[in-house]
Amino acid sequence: MRERDLVIVGGGPAGMAAAISAHENGVKDILLLERDQYLGGILNQCVHTGFGIEYFKEVLTGPEYAERFVKKVRDIPSIEISLRSFVVRLSRDRVLTYLKPGILETIKAKAVIMATGCREKTREMVHIPGTRPAGIFSAGLAQKLINVEGLLPGKEVVVVGSGDIGLIMARRFTLEGAKVKAVIEIQAETRGLIRNVVQCVEDFDIPLYFNHKISRIYGSDRVEKVHVVRVDKDHNEISGSGFDITCDTVLLSVGLIPENELIEMAGAELDRKTNSPVSDGLNKTSIPGIFACGNSFKVYDIADSVTRDSELAGKLAAEYIRGL
Amino acid sequence: MKTKNIICIECPQGCLLSVDHENCKVLNIRGAKCPKGTAYAITEMEDPVRILTSAVLSEAGALKMAPVRTNKPIPKKDLFRAMDEIKKIRLKVPVRPGDVIDADFLGLGVKLISTRGTTS
Repeated sequence: MRERDLVIVGGGPAGMAAAISAHENGVKDILLLERDQYLGGILNQCVHTGFGIEYFKEVLTGPEYAERFVKKVRDIPSIEISLRSFVVRLSRDRVLTYLKPGILETIKAKAVIMATGCREKTREMVHIPGTRPAGIFSAGLAQKLINVEGLLPGKEVVVVGSGDIGLIMARRFTLEGAKVKAVIEIQAETRGLIRNVVQCVEDFDIPLYFNHKISRIYGSDRVEKVHVVRVDKDHNEISGSGFDITCDTVLLSVGLIPENELIEMAGAELDRKTNSPVSDGLNKTSIPGIFACGNSFKVYDIADSVTRDSELAGKLAAEYIRGL
Repeated sequence: MKTKNIICIECPQGCLLSVDHENCKVLNIRGAKCPKGTAYAITEMEDPVRILTSAVLSEAGALKMAPVRTNKPIPKKDLFRAMDEIKKIRLKVPVRPGDVIDADFLGLGVKLISTRGTTS
């Protein structure tokens, strides 16, 4: 079994920042595993601006923000980048197994940094009753379909939840010629950044309903309509407040959960509520030598903060390796 | 004199700006934590602008879509006209990040640029 000093799982903003920082802090042998065929992670589908304002003092799009780090990572000889490499196993003693086209590789690392990001919550996790027709997407999936695949997955859209991706997709669908009929938020205020309410929803006169929820989705093959109700402060339906909105598409932007199956497999303790690692400090897990950073450690509002905090993970891993 | 409250969109802080104005002229701005907010309030009241981002079809290179942006903000009223133009574009050669796709986009004096390379 081959031994490596540091293995980083995930080549998005967190993994790339951790890799660069580990190198700058003296780690000489770094393997960066990315399951996609490109580095950059979710940034590649975030074609909107708003990245880099804090870190670079410039307004960048997601792909432009990613490119700055991709260049840097590629210029550092001690970082080996392995694309299309999907980690399927991690053990407490830092043995990793990953799949690469045609190969199943097992390696032992002195330290591991998990930078696996987060996943979108699904309809099932927020309990929306009704039928199960086509036309229900998580906002991030719709973003990938439009921006990367060049497909418009709907024409009349209702967005559930006012998270940033949902707000940004309300604008994206509108610009592409679809009609966004409403954004429905169960809370009394937005979960997203206020600037996104302004530039994505108010700019296009999209109705934003606070204290409302979708009580049912209708449609046999394709979504046909949703039923919307007003809720009280305990989120209970206010009777008589309901109305229908006809639509062919429902987008869900109802929160993100850190992706931590691998460290869980290794025996790390997770917070059952947030799915974050239980930790006595930023970027640490309950297993010495296994670190987590970026959205797999906790869900961040902006990528700049992911970069900043993930640099610390690279430093922590370097210190750990030096102390062995 | 009238006062309008607007939210600055220049950065994630989202400052609430109180703008005193008369006859389409901004007289005074309160609540901006930085000079960007002041500049934003004036533009927003007099001629609102936005950076437009989208993606265009690429018929060359490894990616189907090339993400694009205007290098400078364009008038808000031109956003849909700009989208109509973007939908017509077919890239015949691979692009690198920053490559100019249209040097005078819609005759507005802004460039439409690629934000991602389309080769692998």
